[in-house]
Amino acid sequence: MLPAHAPFTESTRSLVNAALVGLDATQRAWLSGFLATPATELPQKPATNVKALMLYGTESGNSEKLADRAAKEAKKKGISATVKNMADLSPSDLKKHANVLVFVSTWGDGEPPDGATKFYKEFMALEEKLTNVNFSVCALGDTSYEKFCQIGKDFDAKLEALDAKRLVPRQDCDVDYEDAFTSWLTATLGTLAPATVAVEAPVVAVAVESSYGLKNPFPAEVLENILLNGKGTAKETIHVELSLAGSGLSYEPGDALAVIPSNADDVVAALLKAAKLKGDEAIETKASGKKSLIEALTADLDITGLSRSVLTKLQEASPHPKLAALLDENAKEQLKEYNYGREIIDAISDFAPDGLAAQSLASLFRKLPPRLYSIASSPLAHPDEVHLTVAAVRYQSHGRERKGVASTFLADQGHPGQSVKVYTHANKNFRLPASGDTPIIMVGPGTGVAPFRAFVEHRAELGNTGKNWLFFGDQHYMFDFLYQLEWQEHLKNGTLSRLDVAFSRDQPEKIYVQQRIAEKGKDLYAWLQQGAHFYVCGDASRMAHDVHEALTQIYITHGKLTREAAEAELEALKKAKRYQRDVY
Amino acid sequence: MSEQKLAANEYIKIRSNYLRGNLAEELADVSTGSISEDNQQLIKFHGSYMQDDRDLRADRRKHRLEKAYSFMIRIRVPGGVSTPAQWLATDELCEKYGNHDFKLTTRQAYQLHGVIKSNLKRTIKEINQAAMDTIAACGDVNRNVMCNPNPFLSEIHAEVLKVSQQISEHLTPNTGAYHEIWLDGEKVESSEKEEEPIYGKTYLPRKFKITVAVPPSNDVDIYANCLSFIAIVEKNKLVGFNVAVGGGMGMTHGAEETYPRIADVIGFCTTEQVKQVAEEVVKVQRDFGCRTDRKHARLKYTVQDNGPAWFLEKLNTYLGWPLQAVRPFVFETNGDRYGWVTDETGNSHLTLFIEGGRVIDRPGFPMRTGLKEIAKIHTGDFRLTANQNVIIANVSPEQRPLIESLVEKYGLEDGKKRSALRLNALACVALPTCALSLAEAERFLPTLITELEQSLEEVGLRHDAITIRMTGCPNGCARPYIAEIGFVGRGPDRYNVYLGGGHAGQRLSKLFKADVPSPEIKPLLAPIFSRYAKERESGEKFGDFVIRAGIIAATIQGDDFHKNIK
Repeated sequence: MLPAHAPFTESTRSLVNAALVGLDATQRAWLSGFLATPATELPQKPATNVKALMLYGTESGNSEKLADRAAKEAKKKGISATVKNMADLSPSDLKKHANVLVFVSTWGDGEPPDGATKFYKEFMALEEKLTNVNFSVCALGDTSYEKFCQIGKDFDAKLEALDAKRLVPRQDCDVDYEDAFTSWLTATLGTLAPATVAVEAPVVAVAVESSYGLKNPFPAEVLENILLNGKGTAKETIHVELSLAGSGLSYEPGDALAVIPSNADDVVAALLKAAKLKGDEAIETKASGKKSLIEALTADLDITGLSRSVLTKLQEASPHPKLAALLDENAKEQLKEYNYGREIIDAISDFAPDGLAAQSLASLFRKLPPRLYSIASSPLAHPDEVHLTVAAVRYQSHGRERKGVASTFLADQGHPGQSVKVYTHANKNFRLPASGDTPIIMVGPGTGVAPFRAFVEHRAELGNTGKNWLFFGDQHYMFDFLYQLEWQEHLKNGTLSRLDVAFSRDQPEKIYVQQRIAEKGKDLYAWLQQGAHFYVCGDASRMAHDVHEALTQIYITHGKLTREAAEAELEALKKAKRYQRDVY
Repeated sequence: MSEQKLAANEYIKIRSNYLRGNLAEELADVSTGSISEDNQQLIKFHGSYMQDDRDLRADRRKHRLEKAYSFMIRIRVPGGVSTPAQWLATDELCEKYGNHDFKLTTRQAYQLHGVIKSNLKRTIKEINQAAMDTIAACGDVNRNVMCNPNPFLSEIHAEVLKVSQQISEHLTPNTGAYHEIWLDGEKVESSEKEEEPIYGKTYLPRKFKITVAVPPSNDVDIYANCLSFIAIVEKNKLVGFNVAVGGGMGMTHGAEETYPRIADVIGFCTTEQVKQVAEEVVKVQRDFGCRTDRKHARLKYTVQDNGPAWFLEKLNTYLGWPLQAVRPFVFETNGDRYGWVTDETGNSHLTLFIEGGRVIDRPGFPMRTGLKEIAKIHTGDFRLTANQNVIIANVSPEQRPLIESLVEKYGLEDGKKRSALRLNALACVALPTCALSLAEAERFLPTLITELEQSLEEVGLRHDAITIRMTGCPNGCARPYIAEIGFVGRGPDRYNVYLGGGHAGQRLSKLFKADVPSPEIKPLLAPIFSRYAKERESGEKFGDFVIRAGIIAATIQGDDFHKNIK
């Protein structure tokens, strides 16, 4: 350590001290020699002095993963990086950080990730200037939603408004974020650590833990494909069992499985017809490489999801006054209305009635994104297997039959003997309690029941003694009681302690899980007081919100709290990871 | 007599604490749509059977679902007379909680099917709110009391209906269980109030069926019931009732000790005495009925085993006075008379044909809607017949054109376009819901009749009424053994064919051929129809003809039902 009498200012002395921390004898010896030579080539600023905060807000784990990767790359450049979850930080702490890189996703209709809600709200209300903070935002989103990357945009604008300095422009990432992310990261780290240490090729950042992943998915053999709804149902919920044997892929209950679907032949055929193309035309896109149009449309491209971005490209390829009007900045409502219930094929029919050139058509589309499904099995109960609970999406709109790409791919093509390209995706924010004695309450209507099948199986395999309480709901008791026989078995064995159900269409008035939760409020509150963890999985748009409200009411009624205090309790529960959600 | 082990159901009744069991607890178990074996027996006393859709049995496990359990709910309609409001309530309930249709039963009750466990309580509650109930519609108690819905003599009908309703009320179980479980009634703490003064703790050994008939119509089939009262009208005045005991249909395939039996007419009582006679007959059966073998527990076996004379003597002892001698009466038919009739008061009554008793909207034939529209404006009553049809009764001369126009609009059937064979047919529910059925009945009989109609047409018998009845099992809900032609399910698509029953339901039939595959039924019967057309005597009924022609031996009483089979 430099002595106090050394010829340095106070601040420089502490900087040098910081730089010397952790150097071994060889490094010190080398440094003394290096410093003894003429000072002309010394860097202006020692690289080790740069600190950066990698701040993430995550729902599915992607933002967290990217923040981790950014930190790893930063360290290679000598930047001292720390990674923080928005859930664990207060916005007023931001001023302490010289450089803040924000990684945040946007959900549903422009919502922040669940765990980041509080931070986001407080941050957007922040008044204290952040004059000494440098920042850049990496926003995650999905172009098929109108409010694409909205939360990232909000952070970006607010940071600017608070006089923070933007290092590089915000990067908005679509579901296929890899390339956008690496180029943004290279640029951002370049501004933080300008010279001395050579910047490694960003491609290193792509390195993943398992040999199978997005770029190299595992072809999993389908072992079973069962319709879970009985005859008479209006639903089509399937149970798919896949083999992971030989993949080396592993997962925990709560994790998701990414499925890489392909587009159905009839959907591709209809699109080709609308575009007045045969399909054997050769094309080349970044997502597909060089191949025939029909192959690219089937395997590589998102040929259904309608968005401003797709329409903008369509307008460039085949200008149409009506489309121009829709894309006008002042016509956002009209555009939203147009996009509702429509797919790309409708836009082509409407605005490019004479068809398109093959290359123009192929260039409209983004890469076909993988679809994440919450895993429905415990690896202990089903070694080398992974199970999914999938609702096949089929409906009619604007005179056409529509189908969800991944769900109908699994329903129609995921049959025994076939294989499906997959990789596992960790979700650290949806985990069983550390202790097997801790009681858990699970709210999983519809396919939201999937991870709870995994939870209950897992705890049963481990012989855990913690109580398990499941709330399930769907349309009809008779037809839609997913995994009914399994729940009966678990109840009999004591591996499920309590079961409450809500079937919305069995009676004139609609009954949903949140009503059952409210009815059982007293017991539920007692469980929570005993330390129970509360899990919600399923529909984000209404169910999760209504369940949250029911839970708030329980704290108000049975905890005798004001609304504010009840909300604070729930925030504390979230922070303690006792209230976790996996909603979509 | 040595101590014998009682039938299993007797212990269930003893354990049940007057029909409570742990029904309430099991209704609250949401993990299953079913209830336990014990409670399945008990819930019958409350008017419901647990069933499962047998069409789906093979399929459900594959979907990781339990069997498709649901409940049939039988709504009592004493005497078969219900108000338009009650009709509308039933219609609404079948839509809200049932299979979107309802059945008019062979015992003049309404039946809802497909009610799931979680809706049972609210359905039964709403039935009670509509001033109807379900208690004792099934179970080892007196069930729905039937009454001839005589459209010709309104004054007499009003009197006999009142008698039927009094019997029904008098013999309704007294237990508070029904109110507690279904109607949120107070739990009765004192066991004193729990007494069943007529039934006692174990109720009856087996189900008990009562009818009230008005000759010459035997539509309620008095010979097939435990206890019947036959109205005796002298000089247009009701003077009292003949009493008949010991009829019953149920038997078991391959068990000759079980058989259908024709009731014995044993005496006469006045109208005022009816209630007491009903109570004492029930008590004799309570005390002397067989409780060790449920297949031998009906009143018919008590009468057969001891003889009608013994029974009369016992009854007279229980009454404390003797029944009078039987008065003369004549039955002509057990069928319904379709179409409009006008009574002595000037009101009209319309009997509509309801195939299989199933009130349902089908593509092109919105029958349920039509009847609902009638119920909305009708100021008289709805009478359910023992033949599963409905009478729009007491239509005033002013209302008649309105009803007629609705009948026209919805294509409701007064039977004119149907063959006499179809109009005199009866089928039980059978598959897919009835757990007992071995073969189809309600779903198959219409098809079979179409086939048989061809044979009858060929020999010119389209307008000749022949009673034809089909059940999916030998228990006899559609009273097949007193039909001129009876089909009783033996296995999938296989039936025992019975011939020789009396046209007015007064004589049992006999097995003509066992285990007939359904495609062979028409070729089996066609030659007999042909002979009947050529050889019958004037006015001779089909059931009488087959006996005279030597095709089948006449069955005198239950104990020779299984004898003299050719």
